[in-house]
Amino acid sequence: MYQKKTKIKNSLGIHARPASMIVKLASKFESKVELEKDNIDVNAKSIMGVLMLASEKGQEIVVRACGEDEKEAVKAIVELIERRKFDEE
Amino acid sequence: MKNRVIRGIPVSPSIAIGKVFLYSPKDITFKRIKKKGSVDEEICKFEKSRRKSQRQLRALKSELKKLPTKEPVRLIDIQILFLQDPLLLNSVEKRIRNNKEAAAEAILNLLESLKRDFQEIPDSYISERYLDVKDVGDRLLKNLGEDEIEMELKGHNNIVVAERLSPTETAQMSVDKVSGIVTERGGKTSHIAIIAEALNIPAVVGVNGLLNETESGDEIIVDGISGIVVVNPDENTKRTFEQKEKEAERIQKEFLKHKDLPATTIDGYSIDICANIELPMELGFIKKYGAKGVGLLRTEFLYLTSESIPDEDEQYRFYSEIARVCSPDYAIIRTLDLGGDKVFKTKTKEEANPFLGWRGIRFSISNNEIFRTQLRAILKASSKGNIRLLIPMVSQVEEMIKVRKIVKDIMKELKKEGHPFDENIEIGAMVEVPSVCLLADHFARVVDFFSIGTNDLTQYTLAVDRGNKRVSGLYDHLDPSVLKLMRVTVEHAHHNNKWVGVCGGIAADIVAVPVLIGLEVDELSLPPSFIPQVKNVIRGLSLKEARELLTQAEKMRSATEVREFLKGELLKRFPSLKNILLEVEK
Repeated sequence: MYQKKTKIKNSLGIHARPASMIVKLASKFESKVELEKDNIDVNAKSIMGVLMLASEKGQEIVVRACGEDEKEAVKAIVELIERRKFDEE
Repeated sequence: MKNRVIRGIPVSPSIAIGKVFLYSPKDITFKRIKKKGSVDEEICKFEKSRRKSQRQLRALKSELKKLPTKEPVRLIDIQILFLQDPLLLNSVEKRIRNNKEAAAEAILNLLESLKRDFQEIPDSYISERYLDVKDVGDRLLKNLGEDEIEMELKGHNNIVVAERLSPTETAQMSVDKVSGIVTERGGKTSHIAIIAEALNIPAVVGVNGLLNETESGDEIIVDGISGIVVVNPDENTKRTFEQKEKEAERIQKEFLKHKDLPATTIDGYSIDICANIELPMELGFIKKYGAKGVGLLRTEFLYLTSESIPDEDEQYRFYSEIARVCSPDYAIIRTLDLGGDKVFKTKTKEEANPFLGWRGIRFSISNNEIFRTQLRAILKASSKGNIRLLIPMVSQVEEMIKVRKIVKDIMKELKKEGHPFDENIEIGAMVEVPSVCLLADHFARVVDFFSIGTNDLTQYTLAVDRGNKRVSGLYDHLDPSVLKLMRVTVEHAHHNNKWVGVCGGIAADIVAVPVLIGLEVDELSLPPSFIPQVKNVIRGLSLKEARELLTQAEKMRSATEVREFLKGELLKRFPSLKNILLEVEK
């Protein structure tokens, strides 16, 4: 298992479009990928799950993966959230 | 009921007669589950429906990619993700296996429980995504083939009747080749209006009470010229409209032939006729209908169709394209005209009186960052052609002084950064609030031009919300009080050597053309497809008689009197307009 903490940086938080981007990206990996916020875990390959997390700007979430490509998966998603800021800015 | 006449807003000037296809995707209920199979059969049924839905959505997505805005594609994207969501698929399967529910029951029950889950999310933007889940659920249900409602359009002459249509659904309509569209909601600038106009499908929107009056299969007339809908017309009415349809087609063709002639009266008075546009896909209409540039570019869609506020570059690209297409004619770009609640979808509270509230320039001045971003983009684009700047919802002289100061600051900034721009860009104020008319001599010293928005000016003068069906009958831009306010504005403006345009609904109302000419406004800006017929009227009038008609109209005591009078005078001069002006008794 591999995990990393990250902070939501884009101004609108994880809304419909960012959520779609996470799900599409997570689904490219073999590993089981999860997001955790306030002790709630959701499947990062489920659009329902990611939306239900309702994450806003400034909130911390944990990205966790388990499987062959766990490191790559976590790194890719953290990069999408932190550095690419969902290509919004 | 026979021959029921309902009025709405015409958005695409042609006529269709056909059968009602009631489109109400939100109200699908099951009369019965046809036959419940074994657990494995129900799971198989669900899987088939899921695959079919997936195919449909992918096909729709590739259709939507042709549209200029990205938002519809994103909506479909998220729906496709819902269809493959492991959580949702598991729940359906569990319901079928463990609770022995039929596939349709499982979907319905899951939708119910998801609805509660979504309602608990405090962020309204996310909780509204339930509508997407519901859309997907409805599609799955339809594709199970167990409901009694037929989704696909059959045969010809279908007139789609709906409460409202989303951009996605509108695109679907264009794929399905419907012959007419009527919606209960929506205005002149809704997506449906713009797409219907682009595709030349007769359409009327904002038809109050429509859904209570129609059933699938009813016969219906859609008159996109005068905005009239007739449900179950009698033989006489039908014949009249069939004739009007033919005549309208002939006249429109005739008008189009002359679209590029100048808008000059018999005695040599000339006026600019420009186009009101909003979406990139409308740019083609400028040439098609013979407009002289853009008299009103609304910019709200930029803000409404994306999740985040559009950045400077995105706006700059769009405005530059407009400037390029219009060149050498001008394009007037109006800054954001929205209520604060629409920009920050979730962050602001609803206002009790949004029309008297925080909107237009009032919002822009207090949101410096958003306003400056837009002004920077517009100024940068002004180096690419002839751009003018228009400020909405102005009510006080100080507001225009502030705007000028902000523009000046930005110009300094751009100079430092080395960006070219038009240093003499004209800055105008929308005339929508009566205070601007009455103080026009003061405003004339701080603006380069005026643009009269008659829709809001009429609403504020008569205190009538035309979206409110209990009072909308009181709304008419030909009210003598509105004419007098326009007269005051034009006189003060011209006295100070400033020009005046009119961009509200009155400019597309051919009955009003004589008074607009009589007022000697310098420019009219209107929805492009109405341009040829307005030009035709102008070319058949003289300024002298238009002035006389205006003087008489101003002496009247009500809009009804003015309208009847002008209609009569117009028909005397243009007997061939009879069919276009024809209306059915209420």
